[in-house]
Amino acid sequence: MSNRLRSLAFSLIGATVLVGPAVAVDLDITCRCVVGGVNSGTAEWIQNDVIPAFEAANPDIKVNLNQFGGEDAQLTQQLALDFSTGAGPDVTAFDGFLIPSFVEGGLLKPLNEVAGAEVDGWSGWAALSDGSRALMQYQGQYYGIPLGTDVRMIHTRKDILAEAGIDADTWQPTSWEDVLDAARAIKKVRPDSFPIQLNAGVAMGEATTMQGYWLALLGTGEAVMDDNGKYIVASQGILDTLNLYKTIYVDEQLGDQRAQLLADGRNRSFANFRDGVTSLLFEGDYFYRSVTAEGSEFAVADRDTVMGWAKVPAKVPGAGIRGQDFVTISGGTGFVLNPATDAPKEAWALLSFMNEPDMQNAFQAIQPRITARTDIEIPNNPFLTEASQTLLPLTTARPNDENYNTVSAEIQRMTEAVVSGELSPEEAMAQYKASVIGIVGEENTVSLL
Amino acid sequence: MTTTQIETKPKRKVRNFALLSNKAGAAFLTPAGLLVSVFVIVPFFWVIFVSFTNRTLLGKTALNPEFVGLANYFTLFDPSNFLQRGQFGFSLILTTQFVLASALFGQALLGLLLAWLIQTVPPWVKRITETFVIAAWILPEVVIGFAWFAFLDRDQGTLNAMLTSVGLPKGDFLLEQPFWVIVVFNTWRGAAFSMMLFGSAFSSIPPSYFQAADVAGASSWQKFRDIGLPLIRGHIVTDLILITMWTFNTFTPFLLTNGGPSYRTELVSIYNYRVAFNDFQFGKGAAVGVIMMLINLAFALVYLSLGRKKKG
Repeated sequence: MSNRLRSLAFSLIGATVLVGPAVAVDLDITCRCVVGGVNSGTAEWIQNDVIPAFEAANPDIKVNLNQFGGEDAQLTQQLALDFSTGAGPDVTAFDGFLIPSFVEGGLLKPLNEVAGAEVDGWSGWAALSDGSRALMQYQGQYYGIPLGTDVRMIHTRKDILAEAGIDADTWQPTSWEDVLDAARAIKKVRPDSFPIQLNAGVAMGEATTMQGYWLALLGTGEAVMDDNGKYIVASQGILDTLNLYKTIYVDEQLGDQRAQLLADGRNRSFANFRDGVTSLLFEGDYFYRSVTAEGSEFAVADRDTVMGWAKVPAKVPGAGIRGQDFVTISGGTGFVLNPATDAPKEAWALLSFMNEPDMQNAFQAIQPRITARTDIEIPNNPFLTEASQTLLPLTTARPNDENYNTVSAEIQRMTEAVVSGELSPEEAMAQYKASVIGIVGEENTVSLL
Repeated sequence: MTTTQIETKPKRKVRNFALLSNKAGAAFLTPAGLLVSVFVIVPFFWVIFVSFTNRTLLGKTALNPEFVGLANYFTLFDPSNFLQRGQFGFSLILTTQFVLASALFGQALLGLLLAWLIQTVPPWVKRITETFVIAAWILPEVVIGFAWFAFLDRDQGTLNAMLTSVGLPKGDFLLEQPFWVIVVFNTWRGAAFSMMLFGSAFSSIPPSYFQAADVAGASSWQKFRDIGLPLIRGHIVTDLILITMWTFNTFTPFLLTNGGPSYRTELVSIYNYRVAFNDFQFGKGAAVGVIMMLINLAFALVYLSLGRKKKG
């Protein structure tokens, strides 16, 4: 190599080294959110509040929001496959219940391992409420920062309950039979309607387990796992739950069977509620703050007067989990870091920035929710305040177990088999038992029958 | 048999005319050979290896898969639930029915019928028919998947709009008759190949045969049965094997039904996808893949041996 070439090469290398730090870092952030579509509030918040403020504070970093419009399960699928090959967004929205299976699979790493010691020094940890800390934790390590938690209830259409002669403002069922009776009364005045929506089937994914199966099962005094950490694979509670599904979807047609079986069923169930076809819908507060909010696809006209809510009753009073009369269950979402991110420091900077009080307050202004931080005020929102005060003391959480996700898929199959009329509750439970034993091994299951 | 083999053997030893020396030939083959081994042969053996483990994408077995021998295969062929919906046996039988109904009866028969009918029509009718049939064949899968989905939808579907406009009741095709939907769909989708293959086979028959038959006063059916069919028998066998293989492996019905409702349209390819990429059970998914490869291999061997016989 001639001297001239050599010096050219050196100067090029030198230039790259000099220029290197000044070159903007690109960060990708993904959520199942689309401006004007699903979870529009989250998308607007990131697009209009987080990114401009973060880029202004960090001129070297450019943030790009990927708006994922598919189903939850499809995003999980994409993240799992991306993370396993070292690809994927730097920061992504994540449902806390998936953390154990991702961690055990090596697809998520503790935040302080990804981004270093500054994670532990973040001031925000102290501001998290005790309950919400666990949402993005596994075996004592943080894998993400929780955004907030939720509670589940029966959303009601007061206008339609009134048509059936039920005083919607005071309606509070105390048993499954009360709910069914209300639905029967509505079915009588509106024969073409499907009053109840209790999620079932494979297509809705975790929404079936969380908003449907769990809410019924807890009302029988049972959970998916017993106190010793063994999966319950045969029990009277499972049978009662499946029989409730059968009553609603097969025997009395009180629910829209098609919406449980079709691929876009969850959206159909939302549309049913908007159109008054369904008037008793089991969902989280998410349904109120996001799905039916003004301007969204499933916005309910005049919702402050026509929408109400009731607590989910146990099968009969006192029969619920821990002897409760009413039951509910909470989950939590947040954002996690991709362990293979090229820019861990910058990704952490974005993640923590999003969770500072300023940004959280901006989110509250768009979409009030039950936040993880104790220093964030919930804007005046009677629904959320009332619901969280009533239901948080009653709530339950899903098992923090690496196999939960797979077992949950079997639960979805079991409900679909019953709702489609293909199997009887007994047959479906036998199939569930065999499948779960296949997943976790017989020693980790228990049969209560 | 043995005598003919002995006779043909010496012939093969005759040196073929070569464009390149052996060395140059090998040099040119190496890059392609490397690519094929990296992208085809290595994954092939990798899949077989994975099928003997309990590897998953999520959970403990993702990082520390264990060797489980034939356990995945035993699970697939577990007699206690083999024929249950959503299990391998059900998928396999469903796929067999699907191949019989949509490939052998649907595509081949429809293709044969179309090919025969357009032999005698005016050229412009022939061209228009061919254009439409081939369009169904060459359009991208996702496009036609969604087009059919929209066509069959209960509430806003075109088909139901047409039915109601003539006073017929609406149908909920995708939920109530999912199997027949995918059969009709696949027939529609693939008939073009059979039509083209049979069409060119028919046109290779000397016209004088048909003219002679005309003089003798033969009907169209008689000409078809006694002249057309016997002369294209070889093409029919080729066609049947090819479309059987394609239909066996097809994934497009997933776009219409997602394999549902309740696994009623879960063909083995869709089953394989669900196990491997929805449930993330790579080991079991690989085992399904290996079985599918073996089935394909059997078809391919039949196809190749038929080809060899023809040459002999």
